[in-house]
Amino acid sequence: MDWEYFLELFLGGITRGSIYALIALGYTMVYGIIELINFAHGEIYMIGAFTALIIATVLTMAGFNQVAIVVIASGAAVLYSCAYGFTIEKLAYKPLRNAPRLSALISAIGMSLFLQNYVLLAQTSDFLPFPSLIPDFEFWEPYAHIISSQELVIIITTAIVMILLTFLIKFSKIGKAMRATAQDMNMAMLLGVDVNLVISATFIIGSATAAIGGVLIASHMGQINFYIGFIVGIKAFVAAVLGGIGSIPGAVLGGLVLGWTESFFAGYVSSDYEDVFAFIFLVFILVFRPSGILGRSVSRKV
Amino acid sequence: MKNTIGKLFCILTTGLLLMYSIHGCSFAPDTINLGVAGAHSGDLASYGLPTVKAAEIVIKEINAKGGVLGKKVRLLVEDDVCKPEIATNTATKLISKGAHVVIGHICSGATKAALGIYKESSIICMSPSATNTDLTLSGDYPNFYRTIAYDDAQAQLQVNYATKILKVKKVAVLHDKGDYGKGQAELSKKYFEKSGVKVVLFQGVTPGALDYTAIVTKVKREKVDLVVWGGYHPEASKIISKMRKNRMKTGFMGADGLKDKTFIKVAGKNAEGAYVTGPRDVSKNPLAIASKEAHRKAYSSDPGAFFDSAYAAAQALLNAIEKAGSTDYSAVSKALKTEYIETPLGKISFDKNGDATGIGFSVYQVKNGVFVEVN
Repeated sequence: MDWEYFLELFLGGITRGSIYALIALGYTMVYGIIELINFAHGEIYMIGAFTALIIATVLTMAGFNQVAIVVIASGAAVLYSCAYGFTIEKLAYKPLRNAPRLSALISAIGMSLFLQNYVLLAQTSDFLPFPSLIPDFEFWEPYAHIISSQELVIIITTAIVMILLTFLIKFSKIGKAMRATAQDMNMAMLLGVDVNLVISATFIIGSATAAIGGVLIASHMGQINFYIGFIVGIKAFVAAVLGGIGSIPGAVLGGLVLGWTESFFAGYVSSDYEDVFAFIFLVFILVFRPSGILGRSVSRKV
Repeated sequence: MKNTIGKLFCILTTGLLLMYSIHGCSFAPDTINLGVAGAHSGDLASYGLPTVKAAEIVIKEINAKGGVLGKKVRLLVEDDVCKPEIATNTATKLISKGAHVVIGHICSGATKAALGIYKESSIICMSPSATNTDLTLSGDYPNFYRTIAYDDAQAQLQVNYATKILKVKKVAVLHDKGDYGKGQAELSKKYFEKSGVKVVLFQGVTPGALDYTAIVTKVKREKVDLVVWGGYHPEASKIISKMRKNRMKTGFMGADGLKDKTFIKVAGKNAEGAYVTGPRDVSKNPLAIASKEAHRKAYSSDPGAFFDSAYAAAQALLNAIEKAGSTDYSAVSKALKTEYIETPLGKISFDKNGDATGIGFSVYQVKNGVFVEVN
């Protein structure tokens, strides 16, 4: 067996899976709390990438150094995406919180289309070059073809974000409030948890991770347009379902499993049927574990 | 009732008389009759009408200079609506009206249907737009010529360049699974295999996917000399960038879908050295500018589809008759293949299959951020 080839596909799968995981977090957290599939989430990722591009271009023209550009552009992308996530929730989902769930779903799809078209009209339909914010520095040179510095940065950043998020949810006050709201929104409200604040916080955190994913992958692949959020959003949603929607470790695992599935299938069989295989795999998992790999089947009180 | 029959009779008689009169004068010996067949009504009229206008402009100019062989050139226009079943009638009509040569037809299907009829009557036919490869390369229609590159020309050019100049032995052909991309990729594969080059990888990728790491890894493992891409620029720039980041120096080649400035803009320095085939740029040709200007003057609008190639076809046919000294089939055929003429497409002649030489596609290479012709 060709171990080097295997290793390359394995690492390629992690890189791709990390991005899926970063976006899947937003789907899974929102679903965990208000049982809404936020289809506009992929667009938040796209808006994050666009913001970073605009800020980075302006800063480059102003002559800032590379490190400052990366920090400020990523920061701006995260802030901007958070603002969008927050606003979308207030505008499109909050008024529908007590409406049938289907209404909120339609509202989410509408939001997704609205944001796509808004960026298309306000910016451009062309593909735009994205500066490589993460430098392609030389390290581990004879083996650099196995993993590039950018891929390494993607994997490490994702790991750090995951660890921070785990701490936030496990130990902080807002994290506890989030878990309480996810378990029983009415009870949490009765016990004095500000549910509106918790839901807003969930949207903001989810948007922040999506924006980080957007900046990382855009600077790795070097191009963006208004449509990039759609397919990636769907894939990340699949990752969230695969891992067990509502479960945060599940989203990470689901992202990685989907990344590996696609990478190994394309590498060892054929890239023609990469997506087909990914979805067959999803069906296969769901047949045996209907609530996803790490999902728990919740018995509802009648 | 009686009245209706009377009316019908009237219409029929008038029709017959009219037909007779058209018939009668078309055999007038003192003109050169240039037939133009194509879609002039229906959905595809916009493909056919510019050819009529091109012929009108050329004829006007030539007649102003005294015509061909001292005779005036006359235009015979027939509509085939791009339908093969109608095209045979169109051809018959043109022949019975006395067309000496025909420009047309427009669509490949209609052209093929009509060609047999022209062949029986030894009439030369030249299409400005029918790109189906077999029309010329099959050898079935020695009376057929065209002033447009055929479908396979681009793939053949790619393969020729890759095998003769780049001297590749092993290639990977990737595509985007779309109609255009996969079609191009399949043609490239066909001609590579014909010329003895091994196509070790023939695979599609999903457009818009997050990254193409897996497929690039696969290409690297196969140690190919050249990656041939069938598709558009967004995926191509992702793939070529990934290749360069993985320290691969393998060559990269695409077709006209890639000859887009956005490719260079997006892929940046990673696009350097990539080969791209694309249509030759004729917009700076003085004759193309002049013919466009003549069109604006005559019709106060910009010319439509296939105008330049139709203009060239009209020029080439009339020039060949002039040089041959008659409208005799074999003399005109010989003149078409030996005489060169300046047209909006450049200086053209015709090869033994009937395809115009000196038109069509060129190989370009990305050098310092621009496409440079490297033939």
